[in-house]
Amino acid sequence: MNYVALKMLFGDRAKYLMLLCGLTFAVMLIVQQGSIFWGLMMWSQANISNLNVPIWVTDPGIAQVDEVKPIASTAVDRVRSVDGVEWAVPLYRGLLRARLANGEYHQITLTGLESATLIGRPAEVLEGRFEDILQPDAVALDQWAVERMGGPTVVTVGTIFELNDKLARVVAIAKTQKSFTNVPVVYTTYERAIRYVPRERRTLSYVLAKARDGVPVADVIQRIRAETGLGAFTEEDFGFKTIMWVLKNTGIGINFGTTILLGFIVGMAIAGQTFYLFTIENLKQFGALKAMGASTFTLARMILLQAFTVGLTGYGVGVGLATAFGFLTARGGNLPFAETWQLLLLVLVALLTICLVSASVSILKLVRLEPAIVFR
Amino acid sequence: MNDDSQPAAVRARSVVKSFGSEDTQVTVLKGIDLDIYLGELLLLVGESGGGKTTLLSAIAGILDIDDGQIDVLGVPLSNLPSSKRTRFRGQTMGFIYQQFNLLPALTAAENVAVPLLIQKIGRAEALRRARVMLNRVGLGDRMEFLPKNLSGGQQQRVAIARALVNEPRLLICDEPTAALDGPNGQKIMKLLREVGRAPDRCVIVVTHDSRIFHFGDRMANLTDGRIVNIEHIPQEGTA
Repeated sequence: MNYVALKMLFGDRAKYLMLLCGLTFAVMLIVQQGSIFWGLMMWSQANISNLNVPIWVTDPGIAQVDEVKPIASTAVDRVRSVDGVEWAVPLYRGLLRARLANGEYHQITLTGLESATLIGRPAEVLEGRFEDILQPDAVALDQWAVERMGGPTVVTVGTIFELNDKLARVVAIAKTQKSFTNVPVVYTTYERAIRYVPRERRTLSYVLAKARDGVPVADVIQRIRAETGLGAFTEEDFGFKTIMWVLKNTGIGINFGTTILLGFIVGMAIAGQTFYLFTIENLKQFGALKAMGASTFTLARMILLQAFTVGLTGYGVGVGLATAFGFLTARGGNLPFAETWQLLLLVLVALLTICLVSASVSILKLVRLEPAIVFR
Repeated sequence: MNDDSQPAAVRARSVVKSFGSEDTQVTVLKGIDLDIYLGELLLLVGESGGGKTTLLSAIAGILDIDDGQIDVLGVPLSNLPSSKRTRFRGQTMGFIYQQFNLLPALTAAENVAVPLLIQKIGRAEALRRARVMLNRVGLGDRMEFLPKNLSGGQQQRVAIARALVNEPRLLICDEPTAALDGPNGQKIMKLLREVGRAPDRCVIVVTHDSRIFHFGDRMANLTDGRIVNIEHIPQEGTA
């Protein structure tokens, strides 16, 4: 009877397409909105993930990565002295204004990396050599800085600009993930970074560290916290802390959460209702099958097969469309779009659940169906 | 045709069926006694609302009765649990409806194969047998047509083929000519009598159409929930 069930489903093309459209729209809406939301969250912690280091040591009261709370410069040595730490390096991060040759000012995030190792450097360099930032007055930019500061005709390798009246010469352009604030990032060495910025009592923003091989990272983090009194986080935990801060302190969480929830409810309601109506419209046909001797179990199996077939097809098409949207609009990292397997799995489970629920409601209707309906 | 000494294929005794409750309760069948024999075509006639379709549904086991007993082919149908009754119905009965009730997404051959598929017969074998049956009802050249591309008469022929494909012992027809014009109604009844009627099968036809009365062997008149008379219909050459 599976064959009959599928023929009934596909046979009325208009009804089937309407059903498929409802499910596809629901899936597409949820996956698209969910991916944009998660993409934004990824952007909010881009200043952590772009550096790709395992342990971040911070001021104990730190709330999120962009809210720098400087720590004493002795922190680097104190962290290095903690048992289980393989290495620890300083990191400067702060906001500054860059003045271009054409007189324009742009706010930038100055990132100072330890000169001996350049730990925290971007993995991919688009132009020039990143190591050249060791040269006098040399800096590297990320691709978003080039875009924000006027494009490649204004800023490129060799361009000279000023940071706090001091010369900065671009020697490399690196590829990074866009950040939430989209402030251009200028990389240089830690020592030069603190020369660029106005004098402050404390200039060390973070200490980046790594646990020795074989030593659990969680243990090392506990020791750093206990022995230095500083904050210490894994890259993931610091990223999560930043995401939670954004959700709590901006309207993004509520706005997107509402959109996704509404999309979910509306989408699933459309899906459930459409499928239920589809079954109700076929009730007389099911009544005829019941009169001909088809058991309720057989009919229930037919309805479940129809529900899951159309559900999975709608899921595939919906995810495909959402992915195509992401591919076309988020190409090059211009739009936040992170389609994760967790989101896809969640939507799949939700969709199959709603298919199961609407199929079950229809099956209940069938159980109560008097086959005598066919004589009316 | 029928021999009162042989056991009835359908034996209804004191059958009562009501709808609604308390003030709105309507008793549709008020103690029906009826025997239907193998080899005969019984017409069930009477005024609208007299209980014909209700009795048909009760005999088919798709409507529970309130009181009385219905035996079909020796099986006390009204005592069987619903699942067994459904299986029994699938194995022993065929149905022809006023509105045909063909599945619109299936071709004529596929529609005819449905009762066999319900009996878990393989699709290839079911379709083969369906094609044989369609040939018998004169639709050999319409096997792959969808119902919407067939005329009313042709759709009813498909319905007849579907009802007969699993060789039922009891063929139940509810107003089979009501949706057809006069000539087509005659053709369908002729076909039912030729193909449907058999020594080991009984056919029950509910009808209002007096133009087809001569196709029956007996005619039971059901009025106001009671069988008021049963008459033998003289066949051509025997009158």
